[in-house]
Amino acid sequence: MTEFLYNLLSFLPTPLATVLIVLLKILLILLPLMVSVAYLTLLERKVIGYMQVRMGPNRVTFFGIKFLGGLGQPIADAFKLLMKEIVIPNGADKVLFLLAPIVALAPALAAWAVVPFGSEIVLTNINAGLLYILALTSLGVYGIIIAGWASNSKYAFLGAMRSAAQIVSYEIAMGFALVGVLVAAGSLNLGEIVEAQRGNVLTWFWLPLFPLFLIYFISGVAETNRAPFDVTEGESEIVAGFHVEYAGMGFALFFLAEYANIILISGLTAVMFLGGWMSPWPAFMAAWPVVGTFFGDGIHWFVFKLSLFVFLFLWFRATFPRYRYDQIMRLGWKVFLPITIVWIVLISTLVVYKIPPWFDTATTEVTS
Amino acid sequence: MFEQTIFYLFSAGLVFAAVMVITVRNPVHAVLFLVVAFFASAGLWLQLEAEFLAIALVLVYVGAVMVLFLFVVMMLDINIAVVREGFARYVPIAGAVAVLMLAAIGTVLGRDHFGLAQVAAPGPVGPEHENTAELGRVLYTQYVLPFEVASVVLLVAIIAAIALTLRGTRQSKAPRPEHQVLANSRERVRLVKAMSPETPE
Repeated sequence: MTEFLYNLLSFLPTPLATVLIVLLKILLILLPLMVSVAYLTLLERKVIGYMQVRMGPNRVTFFGIKFLGGLGQPIADAFKLLMKEIVIPNGADKVLFLLAPIVALAPALAAWAVVPFGSEIVLTNINAGLLYILALTSLGVYGIIIAGWASNSKYAFLGAMRSAAQIVSYEIAMGFALVGVLVAAGSLNLGEIVEAQRGNVLTWFWLPLFPLFLIYFISGVAETNRAPFDVTEGESEIVAGFHVEYAGMGFALFFLAEYANIILISGLTAVMFLGGWMSPWPAFMAAWPVVGTFFGDGIHWFVFKLSLFVFLFLWFRATFPRYRYDQIMRLGWKVFLPITIVWIVLISTLVVYKIPPWFDTATTEVTS
Repeated sequence: MFEQTIFYLFSAGLVFAAVMVITVRNPVHAVLFLVVAFFASAGLWLQLEAEFLAIALVLVYVGAVMVLFLFVVMMLDINIAVVREGFARYVPIAGAVAVLMLAAIGTVLGRDHFGLAQVAAPGPVGPEHENTAELGRVLYTQYVLPFEVASVVLLVAIIAAIALTLRGTRQSKAPRPEHQVLANSRERVRLVKAMSPETPE
């Protein structure tokens, strides 16, 4: 694919062609992502609607085709937000106020650079991929803090303060959960982490790292400020939290960032604990023409696993009441952190002594 | 050529942000410029093929330390005028300290101890070189004692910080989550069958 593009662009100097091809690859990731984000908002409203025994959006269609009822909703919403006036409150820090939504969105998109979609489908296959992911997910909080402070509003400021403390607390549990993955896989490279889980559904890391798997996903919910950890927005207490002063496109960018983060966390959980693009039963009917391809490894498994976790996000929002703030802190520091530390010690023992069935063939030994 | 352009871009950004940190009036802006400075130096480290250090800088300083800095600075309502009051009085002392510092930095980074004549420039190692693994190997073999001593010093600092801010046992009457978690519906809720007089049997 890349070589074909290089041949196609052979009339250009090589560095320019490289830049163009990289830009094309970025577009190939970002466009589907943006469409998914748009339709995730519709999915959320539909799923929560059905869980609460109502229909959800079902009016906006394309060209009045009744069968498509509701499918035009995200597009209509996007248009509405684009057309709205951007209101900058009195006494707001203008530059930071306008900068905050961009700061919130940028890391949520940049993190996709190292996510492996398939065995060869990845934008940059860097060795420190896990660290890069950890660094970028920790940057998302800046958008929220800056927005809360620059709005010059008490509600927004309260939301920002809550968010800062919450995200810093859960980042530690998240980091420790990833240390477990790193020890088990023996690599920081996301592609190699998936390769280390090769086998079937039982050799994926969710089984040996089960507590870390749960902790990583729950911390991910907390990091994205989603229910039941959405005290940052907390409609019933502080109106809309950090984005209470935002209108139009600024507001839309915060939403884009939140949903892009949801998809990112779901994708990362799939990569690190559910074997990424790997099939749960690769040998199952492998010789059959169509079914064999379906049950073989491929990007469709990654998308399927990712969708599973995205659905969990929506399910949580429809069913759990909001955590109280001191309970959030207790959960992060007094429950998750000790469990992760104990499990890291345990998993290190398993890896060092090569305990079967997971780590008997592990190639984690560092040659000195 | 391309790499040099990137280098000068990051360097200029770093110097600009560093100057802004100490000159802007608003402390929140100063903290944010410090974040920009960290980013620029992380970019420079990436160019030196020290990707672990670059990412660790962003992860630790930008992702955690500066968030807490911002948290504190935003809550304080710092009055710049009061902070600047004694400026003229402290200039001589500050000047002397600055000259001393500059002299110290000059000696260490001067021609006699630093530069290409003293330390040979490392060659490029290529993308296959794993910076993280290399660092880990050296830290846990050759430098294991200094590394462990440093971690103990950090632990002492953590305990000291907690001891300084701890104000005895809890005095507040806030509810304790650990008790609340143990509560169950059988102890709290009693279901009784109530019938209004009009209800037909």
